[in-house]
Amino acid sequence: MRQATDKNWKQVEHGGVIEAGTAFEYETGDWRSRRPIWDAAKCSHCLICWIYCPDGSILTSEGKMTGIDYVHCKGCGICARECPPKASAIRMISESEARD
Amino acid sequence: MAAKLKAMTGNEAMAEAMRQINPDVVAAYPITPATEVVQIFAGFVADGLVDTEFVAVESEHSAMSACIGAAVAGARAITSTASQGLALMYEMLYIAAGLRLPIILAEVNRSLSGPLNIHCDHSDTMGASYTGWIQLFSENAQEAYDSMFQAVRIAEHPDVLLPAMVTTDGFIISHGMEAMQVIGDAEVKKFIGTYTPKHRLLDTDDPRTVSPALLQDSFFEFKRVESEAMRKAKDVVVAVGQEFGKTFGRAYGLFEPYHLEDAEVAIVVMGSTAGTAKVAIDELRAKGQKVGMLKLRCFRPFPYVELAGALKHLKVLGVMDRSDTFSSFGGPVFNEIRSALYDEPKKPVTLNTIYGLGGRDINVEDIKGFFGRLLKVVESGRTDGLVSYLGVRE
Amino acid sequence: MASLKELSKRQELLSPGHRACVGCGAALAIRQVLLAAQKVPVVASCCTGCLEIFTSIYPFSAWRIPWFHNAFENSAATASGMEAAYRALKRTGKFTKDVRFIAFGGDGGTYDIGLQSLSGAMERGHRMLYVCYNNDAYMNTGIQRSSSTPRGMHTTTSPAGTVIPGKQQNRKDLTEIMVAHNIPYVAQTEPAHWQDLNNKVERALDTDGPTFINIYAPCQLGWGYPPEDTMPLLRLAVETCFWPVYEVVDGKYKVNIKPKEKKPVVEFLKPQARFRHLFAPKNEHILDELQAEIDSRWESLLAKEALSQAGPKT
Repeated sequence: MRQATDKNWKQVEHGGVIEAGTAFEYETGDWRSRRPIWDAAKCSHCLICWIYCPDGSILTSEGKMTGIDYVHCKGCGICARECPPKASAIRMISESEARD
Repeated sequence: MAAKLKAMTGNEAMAEAMRQINPDVVAAYPITPATEVVQIFAGFVADGLVDTEFVAVESEHSAMSACIGAAVAGARAITSTASQGLALMYEMLYIAAGLRLPIILAEVNRSLSGPLNIHCDHSDTMGASYTGWIQLFSENAQEAYDSMFQAVRIAEHPDVLLPAMVTTDGFIISHGMEAMQVIGDAEVKKFIGTYTPKHRLLDTDDPRTVSPALLQDSFFEFKRVESEAMRKAKDVVVAVGQEFGKTFGRAYGLFEPYHLEDAEVAIVVMGSTAGTAKVAIDELRAKGQKVGMLKLRCFRPFPYVELAGALKHLKVLGVMDRSDTFSSFGGPVFNEIRSALYDEPKKPVTLNTIYGLGGRDINVEDIKGFFGRLLKVVESGRTDGLVSYLGVRE
Repeated sequence: MASLKELSKRQELLSPGHRACVGCGAALAIRQVLLAAQKVPVVASCCTGCLEIFTSIYPFSAWRIPWFHNAFENSAATASGMEAAYRALKRTGKFTKDVRFIAFGGDGGTYDIGLQSLSGAMERGHRMLYVCYNNDAYMNTGIQRSSSTPRGMHTTTSPAGTVIPGKQQNRKDLTEIMVAHNIPYVAQTEPAHWQDLNNKVERALDTDGPTFINIYAPCQLGWGYPPEDTMPLLRLAVETCFWPVYEVVDGKYKVNIKPKEKKPVVEFLKPQARFRHLFAPKNEHILDELQAEIDSRWESLLAKEALSQAGPKT
């Protein structure tokens, strides 16, 4: 992963103009104390969790949910909370539980 | 070379220079004594004489903010201000330099409140001397006009890429009428060239992030490269000044010596007072006094090597400052010149006089009086205090 | 009006990996704004604050659009400079593409220190959208009161102390101040009503002139509630009329969401630690005053809408 200390003074980006979108390399998933678990079988692909995720960590393809980006998911629990009761396709578990 | 003689004030000259530069964006706010620069330029816009997008911002802080936005977007941006206006943009001046944006500022030197005074001194420009901006001082309207074009070339030079301010003395030069040589539009265009920025934020196909949040581990490197750019600017100021001379017949450099080489006693002056000093020096020389002057044009970058070289032979040097640092040890030019001379094995006794604050008049007799004081130091070998004040009611 | 399926096929212009707190309402608001802003490429300015910090810690950037942070109080002035450059470069043939401008600012950089710069930009008529993400305080510096802070809220500069129970003044109504600038489009929204937010951003960007959208963006840390409850809390803000969702198009008001059952404001206040002290018996009068203020503003808004719909008298 790139570091702020990679470049010396002759190498730093001119005028403070840096590459776009590099935050993707930063693994905010490390922050989690709990994580969402998605049950694909129960999912109705309403995409409500997707629109409400502050971290864009609900993965979709062709208009359907495909999973959770655990590299970035911070475990806020909004997706589990917003998943319609009829589907109840997402539940939260602790990270320690996940490790077992 | 199409040169015409025209009667212009300093403000008219700067506005005319801006018209000929024809920048993409001018974002400016009026303030005495710089108001006319903005006003006259607005007239050019209203008459369709420029292609400039004129943004009548609601404050000077927004003026510099908008110029910075414009420059980051990829445009050539110019503004003009004075005094409180320059002070109001203070934080933005640092940002313009730190982001390496070649913005040009037509600055009209005026005192800083308080209490309020709208007349000439250099405190506003001196207050901005740690911001990373290139600072060029003008003796008269001709120099201001010529320096505006040079400033564009210096600022946009790939080794530099720093913002630059060209200054005139408020009311004295800004409102003083002069006969000056004007350059043709086509010649100006050729001299300044087209602006090709390293990056344009408008290029949405190739997005960038400009000015990220730097932590303790990265800020220092960005500032180090910025200070290197200021170092490199010195040679560029010289080269552009020489090119200007070859092209238009009036050469410029870091400073102008006047009867300096064979002088025993000399002064350092910036701005309009240099003109008055030339008259005083001529009168003293006629009486056989070996006096002279160094008119400092380029204050930033500070040409300490060249200054030491030019001044070290003197017996006594009097640095005239049109501002006070309030450090309790004299004016800014005095301190920097003294520092430049420090390592010279043989150097003059260096004194300071602070003069002309808030537009206090300085005339030939005042300057001759100051030379008298300096000549006395040669005689007696004593200074009676390094810092004096010239023209204040004692 | 895009469906979620359609929206999900768009680009995520706010990259995951940004450093916003868990469940950040501001991050969500901006993510939704960028999902809406894809008809014409956008260039953004941003003021100092949470959004700027959590998206741009060197060497990382979460922005997949061109983005520039200038200073704290000048996001609007910066965007006006960029927009002026765009007009100049287009006019002189040095740039040929179409671009839209968004200036981002938190309530701190917008209601207070940035108000002058915002007002100037709006008055000058630049084609730009100003998006204020409002979390009711200066959150980036650790929860200090701003002029958007509601009456009674505990902040570090308006603490709920033994003598003074939180902020003593009512919120400034910046959205109405923007309406008074007579700009073509002004709106209030929040990300729980994603379709409303989406429509408003699209509409604003389609408008040829200055536009302003005020987005309520809950801060779980500063407001004191579990992050997973962000959406229910936003819904309560709307249902209690604490944060009306409305728009003003060329001076004509439309209240987009009228709660079927207007809930008492205490239902919005109760789940948040920032208002907890208001429920002590000695502070109950503040709750009454808050309810009265909310009711008064809501009535005023409905009256403005009625006036707008009534049209000119024949």
